[in-house]
Amino acid sequence: MKWEVVIGLEVHVQLNTVSKIFSGASTAFGAEPNTQASLVELALPGVLPVLNKAVVEKAIRLGLALDATINQKNVFARKNYFYPDLPKGYQISQMELPIVEHGKLNILVGDEEKSIRVTRAHMEEDAGKSLHEDFHGMTGIDLNRAGTPLLEVVSEPDMRSAEEAVAYAKALHTLVTWLGICDGNMQEGSFRVDANVSVRPFGQAEFGTRREVKNLNSFRFLEQAIKYETQWQIETIEDGGKVQQATVLFDPDSGETRMMRSKEDAHDYRYFPDPDLLPVRISNEQIARVRSEMPELPAQMKARFVDAFGVTPYDAAVLTGSRALATYFESVATASGQGKLAANWLGGDVAARLNREGKDIAELPINAERLSGLLVRIADGTLSNKLAKQVFDAMWDSELSADVIIERDGLKQVSDVGAIEKMVEEVLAANPKAVEEFRAGKEKALNALAGQVMKASKGKANPAQVQEILKQKLA
Amino acid sequence: MIHATLKQLSQQLADKQVSAVELATGYLQRIDALNPQLNAFITVDRDKTLLEAAAADARRAAGLAGVLTGVPIAHKDIFCQQGWKTSCGSKMLDNFVSPYDAHVIEQCQAAGLVTLGRTNMDEFAMGSSNENSYYGAVRNPWDLAAIPGGSSGGSAAAVAARLAPAATATDTGGSIRQPASHCGVTGIKPTYGVVSRFGMVAYASSLDQGGVMAQTAEDCALMLSVIAGFDERDSTSLERAREDYSRDLAQPLAGLRVGLPREYFADGLAADVGRIIDNAVSELKKLGAEVVEVSLPNTRLSIPAYYVIAPAEASANLSRFDGVRYGHRASEYKDLVDMYEKSRAEGFGSEVKRRIMVGTYVLSHGYYDAYYIKAQKIRRLIADDFKAAFAGCDVILGPVAPTAAFNLGEKSGDPVQMYLSDIYTLSVNLAGLPAMSVPAGFSDNGRPVGLQIIGNYFAEAKMLNVAHQFQQVTDWHGKAPAL
Repeated sequence: MKWEVVIGLEVHVQLNTVSKIFSGASTAFGAEPNTQASLVELALPGVLPVLNKAVVEKAIRLGLALDATINQKNVFARKNYFYPDLPKGYQISQMELPIVEHGKLNILVGDEEKSIRVTRAHMEEDAGKSLHEDFHGMTGIDLNRAGTPLLEVVSEPDMRSAEEAVAYAKALHTLVTWLGICDGNMQEGSFRVDANVSVRPFGQAEFGTRREVKNLNSFRFLEQAIKYETQWQIETIEDGGKVQQATVLFDPDSGETRMMRSKEDAHDYRYFPDPDLLPVRISNEQIARVRSEMPELPAQMKARFVDAFGVTPYDAAVLTGSRALATYFESVATASGQGKLAANWLGGDVAARLNREGKDIAELPINAERLSGLLVRIADGTLSNKLAKQVFDAMWDSELSADVIIERDGLKQVSDVGAIEKMVEEVLAANPKAVEEFRAGKEKALNALAGQVMKASKGKANPAQVQEILKQKLA
Repeated sequence: MIHATLKQLSQQLADKQVSAVELATGYLQRIDALNPQLNAFITVDRDKTLLEAAAADARRAAGLAGVLTGVPIAHKDIFCQQGWKTSCGSKMLDNFVSPYDAHVIEQCQAAGLVTLGRTNMDEFAMGSSNENSYYGAVRNPWDLAAIPGGSSGGSAAAVAARLAPAATATDTGGSIRQPASHCGVTGIKPTYGVVSRFGMVAYASSLDQGGVMAQTAEDCALMLSVIAGFDERDSTSLERAREDYSRDLAQPLAGLRVGLPREYFADGLAADVGRIIDNAVSELKKLGAEVVEVSLPNTRLSIPAYYVIAPAEASANLSRFDGVRYGHRASEYKDLVDMYEKSRAEGFGSEVKRRIMVGTYVLSHGYYDAYYIKAQKIRRLIADDFKAAFAGCDVILGPVAPTAAFNLGEKSGDPVQMYLSDIYTLSVNLAGLPAMSVPAGFSDNGRPVGLQIIGNYFAEAKMLNVAHQFQQVTDWHGKAPAL
C-alpha cells in the first residue's frame, strides 16, 4: 500500500526581550542558576504578573509577517499542572483567544512553492529547568529560564513529507530572526520544534492517529525524527497494529522515537482566564505603527531579487535565507550591477569559505563594497575566474580592495591579442606532438595546448581568447 | 488612651502628649493581657514593634511626620511583610518569613504607622467564622462563645477589644464586612482595584480586595487614604489619582437617595437584625435621606456563582504551595508526587482542601462550561442588577449577615449552612463594588450587628460620608466589650 504522511508543527519561539514576560528579571542565557529569578519567578505568596509590552509588539510583528489576524482583544489563561520547574503550578499561556490566528507561510520544496497555514501563535512563559545530573539522586531546579517569553506557533497539518516540515521550520526560523524577535539559537533552545506526525493510505481523506514528537532542537533531528516516526507508524499498521495517540521523544543517539506518555496519561490542564491579567487590547494605531516599522519580508525580497537582478527563484530563496545575507547581496548586486554574478559568488566561493571557517555571513571580513569591486573586475574581463579566486583569498586576509591587490600582485588578466598570439605561437612551436595529435582529430590535445599557454602567462591570459586564438592558428 | 480613635491618637502624638513608643507599649501590654483568651494575633514581636515606634518618634522629632506617623495598627496575616512570619493562617506557611513587603505594608510604613502584630484569620482567607485557622479560632470579644466572623476575624476582634486602634484586612466575599459586623467595628472594602493586591496572598484574585477596620468611619477614611493608590505591580490596580477619602465626611445627607433591596429583607433575615437595620434607616431618614425600594433579583444566585468562581481561582492560586521552594514540606516521601501529596495533605486544612477540590472539579474538562462559564454569566447579571439599582439611588443599605454572630462550632460541621450566611456580602465582590459595615445595634442576645452600606464604583467617599454622619447621631461604634 502507498502511504502518505501528514505533519503539523508546533514551534516554541523564544522572544529576545531584555526582561521576562511578567517581571523585570533579565532573560540573558547562561547565568549562574537562579540568579535571574525574581520574586515573581520564585512564585512567592502574593506576587503578581505584569505583562512586558515588548512581547506583544513582537507577537504582532510575527502576526503581520504571517499575514495573519491580530486579535485586538486576546486573553491570558492559566494552564494548570504540577512540576518542580513550574513554580506557580500553572503556566500563563493563551488558550481561547490567542494574539495571532489564521496566518500562512510559504515554503519552497524543490521548485515547488507551497503555502502552509498557521493556525495560531500565542504568548506564554517558559518554564525553568530541572537539572538531573550532579545532584546525586536529587534534582536541581534552575529558574533562570522561567518566565522567558515564548510565542508558540502552531501550524495546520499541511505538510506531507519530512522535507516539507524542515522547509517550513527553516522558513519560520528565517522569519523570526529576520523580524528581529528571536535570536534563533537552536542549541540554547531559542527555537524548539514539536512535530505531530500521522500516516494514512494515499488518497484517504481522514487523518490517521497522530503521535507528537517533542522538543526537536535541530533541523536534522526534525527530519530524522519524522522519517523514523513515519516508518514506524507504517510498519506498525502493516504488521496489523494500531497507532495510539501518544507523546514521544526522539533520541538522537539511536535515531529512534520512544513513548513518553500515552493519551490516557494526558493532563487535564483546566485552562481558565488568568484573573491577575487584564485582556490584552491592541489598537488599530498600534498595529499600523508596528507595520510601519517592519522590515521588507523575505518573500517580498525574493520576488524583487528575481525581478531586479535576474537571479533564479532558487537562488533568490537561498539569498533570502537570512536578513544579513539578503541585505549583503542586495548591496553587492546594486553596487556592481552584477546580480547573477553576485548570487553565484555568494552561493559558491563566499559560502564555501565561510563554511570552512565556521563563520556566519555577519562575520564576513569582506564588506559589500569590496566584494562588488571584485565582481566588477570579473565582469569587465580584468580577472579570470581563477585569478578572481586568488584576489578573493587575498582580500579575505586584508583590508585591501580588489584593484589594489590586482595592481600589487600583477594579477591583471592579459586580453591583449598581440601578447596572447605571441605566447600561442611559442607554445605551438614547442609542442609539435600535440599539434600533430590535434590535427589528427584528437580534440583533447587542444586543452593541453591551452593549458600550456595559461601556464606561460602565469594564469593571466584571458582563457576564452586563448581558445579562440589557438583554434585560429591551428585551422 | 486605649479607647482612643486613630484621629485622637494622631492628635495626641502631634501634641506630644504621648510618644509612639509609649503608645506601642500600651497596646502591647493590652495584647499580652487579652490575646490569650481572644487569640486575635498570630504573631507579636515586641522588639520589632518598639523599633518601628522609636523610628516613628525620631521621624516626628525631625519634623518629617505625617498625620498617622507613630500610630500603631495591626496587619492581617495575609499581607507579606518583610521579616515577619506571613502564615495566612496556614500550617503551609507556618515557616514562611516574607522577604518582601506588600504594597499595603509599604504604604503603611511610608505613613509611619507602627506594626503591633499580625492578626489571625481563616486559613488562606477561606471562612466566615475564623474557625479555619491553623492557629485556632479567634473569640468574639463581646461573647467568648461566639465566632468573631471571618476571614478577617483577628483584625475585627483586635479592634473591638481595643488591642489595636485599626487593622488592615481583606474581603473576598465579605471577609471585612461580616467580622466587622459581628465584632461591632467599622470596616470598609473599597472598589476592586483601588487597593493593590501586590503582596496580598491570593485566595480568589478577581474578588480579593484589601481594606481596613477601625472604630469609626472617620478613621477608616484616614486609613484608606494611606493604603489605596495605583501600583504598577498589580495589573488589576486602577490608574487613578490619589484620593483624600475624608473629603466628604462632613457633607449633609439631605436629599441622599438610599436604596433598600427587597431581596435583602426577605425570608432568612433574623427579626432582631431586621429591626436594627430598620432603625438605622430611620436615623438616616431623620438626617434627610430619602428611601427608595430597589431590587437585586439575582442575589440568591450569588452563592453558587461565588462558590464556583472563588474555588476555581483558589485551586490555581494555591498550586504554588507545593513544598518545593518554601512552606511546609513533608518530612518523608518516596518520590516527587508523594512529596506533593503529603506536603499538601499535611499543610492545608480541610476547608482549603474542600475549596481546592471544588475548584479543580469545576475547571475540569467537560464541566468548565456548565460551572465556570455559567458562574461568570451570573456574575455579569449581578453586576447589571446593581447598575440598574444605582440608577435610582446613591447608596444601598441592608444587613451584612442574616444573623448576629453564631456560636463557635455551631456551623463548622456544615459548610453549606456556613456558605449560606454569606448571602448579603458575596454579590458586592462579584460586582467589584465598594461596601462597608457600620455598627448599628445589638442582637437580642447582646451581640453586635452591623449595617451594610454598598456604594457605586469609586463611591468610597460617599459611603464614608453616610457612615460618618450616621456615627454623629448614634453611638454604637463607641461601645466596647467588657473584658
